[in-house]
Amino acid sequence: MKPDMTVNIAGIALRNPVMTASGTFGYGAEFAQYVDLEKIGAFVTKGLSLQPRAGNPTPRIVETPGGMLNAIGLQNVGIDAFIEKKVPFLRTVNTPAIANFFGNTVDEYVEMARRLDGIPEIAALEVNISCPNVKQGGIVFGTDAQCAFGVVAACREATIKPLIVKLSPNVTDIVSMARACADAGADALSLINTLTGMAIDLNSRKPVLANITGGFSGPAIKPVALRMVWQVARVVKIPIIGIGGIMTATDALEFILAGATAIQVGTASFINPSAAQEIAEGMEAWLVNNGVASVNSLIGALEV
Amino acid sequence: MQFKSMILANAEVSPGYWRMRMTAPPEFAAAQPGQFVMVRVNSAIDPLLRRPFGIFDVGTYVPAHSGAQPQPYLEMLYRVVGKGTAMLSELHETDLLDILGPLGKGFDLGPLEEEKLIVGGGVGLAPLYLLAKELVRQSRVRLFAGGRTRDDILCITEFERLGVECYVATEDGSLGERGLVTEALEKRLDLDAGNASIFACGPHGMLNAVAAIAARRALSCQVSLEGYMACGMGACLGCVTPGHHHSPETPDYRCVCTDGPVFDSVDLKWGA
Ligand SMILES: Cc1cc2nc3c(=O)[nH]c(=O)nc-3n(C[C@H](O)[C@H](O)[C@H](O)COP(=O)(O)OP(=O)(O)OC[C@H]3O[C@@H](n4cnc5c(N)ncnc54)[C@H](O)[C@@H]3O)c2cc1C
Ligand SMILES: Cc1cc2nc3c(=O)[nH]c(=O)nc-3n(C[C@H](O)[C@H](O)[C@H](O)COP(=O)(O)O)c2cc1C
Ligand code: FES
Repeated sequence: MKPDMTVNIAGIALRNPVMTASGTFGYGAEFAQYVDLEKIGAFVTKGLSLQPRAGNPTPRIVETPGGMLNAIGLQNVGIDAFIEKKVPFLRTVNTPAIANFFGNTVDEYVEMARRLDGIPEIAALEVNISCPNVKQGGIVFGTDAQCAFGVVAACREATIKPLIVKLSPNVTDIVSMARACADAGADALSLINTLTGMAIDLNSRKPVLANITGGFSGPAIKPVALRMVWQVARVVKIPIIGIGGIMTATDALEFILAGATAIQVGTASFINPSAAQEIAEGMEAWLVNNGVASVNSLIGALEV
Repeated sequence: MQFKSMILANAEVSPGYWRMRMTAPPEFAAAQPGQFVMVRVNSAIDPLLRRPFGIFDVGTYVPAHSGAQPQPYLEMLYRVVGKGTAMLSELHETDLLDILGPLGKGFDLGPLEEEKLIVGGGVGLAPLYLLAKELVRQSRVRLFAGGRTRDDILCITEFERLGVECYVATEDGSLGERGLVTEALEKRLDLDAGNASIFACGPHGMLNAVAAIAARRALSCQVSLEGYMACGMGACLGCVTPGHHHSPETPDYRCVCTDGPVFDSVDLKWGA
C-alpha cells in the first residue's frame, strides 16, 4: 500500500515533507531540468530584499571536510525583478513556492512581508532573521530574543499568509529564540540556517573567503541541526522544518523522528541536483519497507 | 544533463597533467567549445563538491567487440592540483563517474573570414582544442601555447594535426621561445595585425595581459574564466566575477557558470 506522505505546515498541505532550502535552489527554474518540481513538497526561493543586492567580493565559497562555507552576501534580484522575472515561472508549477526574505531594519522586513503578501503565486513566507539590524548597532535579529520577537511580530501584522521563521543556530540558547518567535505569531519554524565559520590559507596567511567568515553548511552540520530541532520540538507547539546537512532519505527521516514535520534539502542540491526528489522517493520507500502507513506517525517519534 | 559516464582511458600526458576519455550520451555531441562539465569525483562526501572541467574533445569511438556501433565520448584534460584531481588521476578504465553538463556559455566562433588566434596557458589549453577543431573548418587558426617549462605545453601535436600553426613559449626556454606567451602573441600581431580575433584560456594574469593587448589593438577577444563553483548552474552565486562597470559603489557581478565561463573581454573588469 502507498504510504501517506502528506504533511501540513502552517496550513499548507504538502504532498510530501521535502522542501528545498533558500539559496540552494535558485528561484526554482534553474533546477527544472533535473528535478520534477511536482514530486517535491515545496520549494523556497533565494532570500529576497527590497533592493537588489550585489553580494560580497570573491572568493565566496570554499569546501571544507564534509561541508562548505559560503559568504554570498545575500545577492538577489530584489523584489521588483522577482515579481517581474521569476514569479511567472512559479505559476507554471503545481507545487507551493515559499518566498524567503530579509531586511536591514524592522521597517524593511515589514515592507517585504507586505509586498510578498500581495503575490498570489507565493504560498507562504519564510523570514530569515540571521541578518544584522543596521539601526541597532548591527546586532543580528535572530541572536537576541527581544529583537527576534519584535521583527516577527511586525511581519505577522503585515501578512495573512503563513509565516515561517528561519532560526539562526549561532546562539547560546536556541529554545529561547524559538519561543520568542512562536510567541510573536510564527506559524512554523525552520532550523537551522548556516553556522558561522571560517577557513584559513596557511601559505598566504590569509582567510580563504574575502568576507573572512562564512556560513557553514553540508553533511558536517547535521548533528548540530538534529540536536537543535529536537530541543525546539520538545517545547514549541508550531510545526518545525528541519534543515542542515540532509543528503539522504535516512537523514531526512532522522529529522522527522527528532520532531520536524518537514525538512529542507540545501547543499545536497549542489552535489546532486535531483537530491530533493530522490530523498522524497527514498523516504516513501523506507515507509513501505517498514510498514509505516503515514509519515505523520514518525514526527517526534524518537524513543528516548 | 546529468549522466553516469564510464571511463575509457585515463593517462598522464605530461608530468602532472592527465587526459581522460569517458562515455557520453548521444546528446552530448551538441556540446559547444568552451562549455564545461561538473564531475563528482566519488560518490562519498569527501570531496563534497563537484569539480568543474572544460570539455577538451567530443567524438565517437567504436567499441572493441565485433558488430559494435559507434558510441559518443567526451574528453577532459586536467592538472592534478589537489585532493579531487589526485583522486581522478587514480581512476581506471571502466570506473564510473557522475557528470553534469554540458554547462555554461561557450565561445562565439565569430566571422569566418578573419584569422583566429588561440592563446592557452598550461592546462588552459583544455577547452581550446574543441574550439580549434571547429574553427579550422572555415578559418586560419594559430595557437599560442605558454607555460613555465616544456612539461606545461600540452597536446601540441593534436593541434598541429588539425592544421593549426603553433607558437610555443616557455618561461625557462625549455621548449619554443623563452618568455611569456603574450610576447609571442604580440610579436605575431606586430607582423600582421590584420583581421584577427583572439580566444584565450589560462591563468588570470595571462588573461589580463591578453585582454590588454586586444584592447590596445581593438581586436575582439573572448576569454574563458575559472571561479570557485559549488553548483555550476546559477544557483549558489559562488562563482561570480566582476563585470566591466563593477565598483564597490555600483557592483556588477556575473555568474561564471551561466553567463560564462566564456566572456567577451570588454564585458569584464580587469585588475591593475
Ligand atoms: C569552468 C572551469 C573549467 C575548468 N576547467 C579545467 C580543466 O579543463 N582542466 C583543469 O585541470 N582544471 C580546470 N579547472 C580548474 C579545476 O576545476 C580545479 O583545478 C579543480 O577543481 C581542483 O580540484 P582539487 O580537488 O584537485 O583541488 P582542491 O584541493 O580543491 O584545491 C587545490 C588548489 O586549487 C585551487 N582551486 C580549487 N578549485 C578551484 C577552482 N574552481 N578554480 C580555481 N582554483 C581552484 C584551490 O584554491 C587550491 O589552491 C576549471 C575550473 C572552472 C571553474
Ligand atoms: C550558497 C548558500 C546560500 C544560502 N542562502 C540563503 C538565503 O538566502 N537565505 C536563507 O535563509 N538561507 C540561505 N542559506 C542557508 C540554507 O538555506 C540552509 O539553511 C543551510 O545551508 C543548511 O542546510 P544544508 O546543510 O542542507 O545546506 C544558504 C546556504 C548556502 C549554502
Ligand atoms: S557555480 Fe553556483 S552559481 Fe555558478
